[in-house]
Amino acid sequence: MPTATIAGHEVQINDEGFLTEYDEWNEDIAAELAKNIGIDMTDDHWKLINWLREDYKEKGETATTRRVQTVGGFPTKQQFVLFPKKPARKMAYIAGLPKPHGCV
Amino acid sequence: MKRLLVLGAGTAGTMAVNKLRPLLPRDEWNITVVDHDETHYYQPGYLFVPFGIYRPDEIVKPKQRFIPSGVDFINAEVDKVEPEENKVLLADGTELPYDYLIIASGTTPRPEETPGMDGDEFRKSVHEFYTYEGAVALGEKLRDWEGGKLVIHITDMPIKCPVAPLEFTFLADAFFTEQGMRDKVDITYVTPLEGAFTKPVASKYLGDMLETRNIHLEPDFMIESVDDDEKKIVSYDEREIPFDLLVTIPLNMGADFVGRSGLGDDLNYVPVDKETLLSTQYDNIFAVGDASNIPASKAGSVAHFAMDLFPENFMRHINGLKMTEPFDGHANCFIETGHGKGLLIDFNYETEPLPGKYPLPGIGPFSLLKETEMNHWGKVMFRWMYWNILLPGKELPLPALMSMAGKETADLS
Repeated sequence: MPTATIAGHEVQINDEGFLTEYDEWNEDIAAELAKNIGIDMTDDHWKLINWLREDYKEKGETATTRRVQTVGGFPTKQQFVLFPKKPARKMAYIAGLPKPHGCV
Repeated sequence: MKRLLVLGAGTAGTMAVNKLRPLLPRDEWNITVVDHDETHYYQPGYLFVPFGIYRPDEIVKPKQRFIPSGVDFINAEVDKVEPEENKVLLADGTELPYDYLIIASGTTPRPEETPGMDGDEFRKSVHEFYTYEGAVALGEKLRDWEGGKLVIHITDMPIKCPVAPLEFTFLADAFFTEQGMRDKVDITYVTPLEGAFTKPVASKYLGDMLETRNIHLEPDFMIESVDDDEKKIVSYDEREIPFDLLVTIPLNMGADFVGRSGLGDDLNYVPVDKETLLSTQYDNIFAVGDASNIPASKAGSVAHFAMDLFPENFMRHINGLKMTEPFDGHANCFIETGHGKGLLIDFNYETEPLPGKYPLPGIGPFSLLKETEMNHWGKVMFRWMYWNILLPGKELPLPALMSMAGKETADLS
């Protein structure tokens, strides 16, 4: 597994640049990852990312956009505004989580 | 007397009772199966009905014909499961206690979950083919449709038979070509995925096939609504795709009673261990077929391969032993590509579809990820095998677990 230095931290990533270790994530890294894909983190972004990480800790898998709406309470439309074009993928990338399933 | 209760007599539920009845002594075990529908639909046939390849009456048979003697069939709606009490309530108030419960209630399309989808244009210019009624109505529509913008659309994953929308697209291309009106039909394939299919190597093959057929691919499209006045679909990122005929795959969800019983995830699928199909919540509940949340295709082949391993695991589990036959998510799907040809893909949880030969390495007779007439005949023959071999729970001479023998790995890099 390749490693990368992000915001001064050495972390393990996969070939698509997603963090592979839940515990290597922190907010500095998240902000840097967000910048990589052209996103400036605001309070609304953080609320969603932090919910996504909490949900992952509990469920062991990354929430789909549907679950982020129905369980997390962030409307799908808002997800698209905050993380344009590919919210599921971008949210997981910034939150240091695997891409959500559903694609089988 | 102990009771095994099975909810759902579709593909997986029917196979389950056929395989378990001979294993569970009749003087110790009652087996009861509950289903709200008395008709068994050959669901792979829904793809062919719109094009007049199968007649509607060729894909239905009475469910009870496939329920073995010694199994009670109850034709009723399930209200809910009370897992703490080990009982099921039917809609008419009947209580059915159980020792073990198998949930086999499948997945169904839900057009009402997308604003505008089941509005005034439903079954007029907005169609689906994931139900018997829908397939028949679409067949009537295609018979005298004069052409225009045909949009084939997937709402969200997972869906039952993830290759079916692609097959529909290939068959539509062939159908309009044979009718001499392909130049009057503009075909667009709209998907929430990044490409034509869920897995990279197959996605590339299938994407190329769309391109050579002059079919436009619109990826990453998450639908927000159907505008049935202006006849267009609108995405959350505000893309609009106009249609004259929309063939959509509505959101697929598991049975409502699963949700009401607190046994489902946000799409009413039962969380289970993906190797044993045992509920993650209750030690006496299993979910088989499309009803579970296993990360495999929702397809009859997956139900069948899983069901080859399930009886042994079930018998061990009820006898207090560890389940020793882990399922690998094996799927095997024929993909009709039109003009009497087809493609075959074979894959599991870990390995994506690859080119090669199946089931005999180097020989076949079926070719993986390649269009051949033999693959098409495989699909045609499958209907007979489904009714006569699979549903009655007889053995097919195919291994349950996926094999790498015969697969080419050059595309994996």
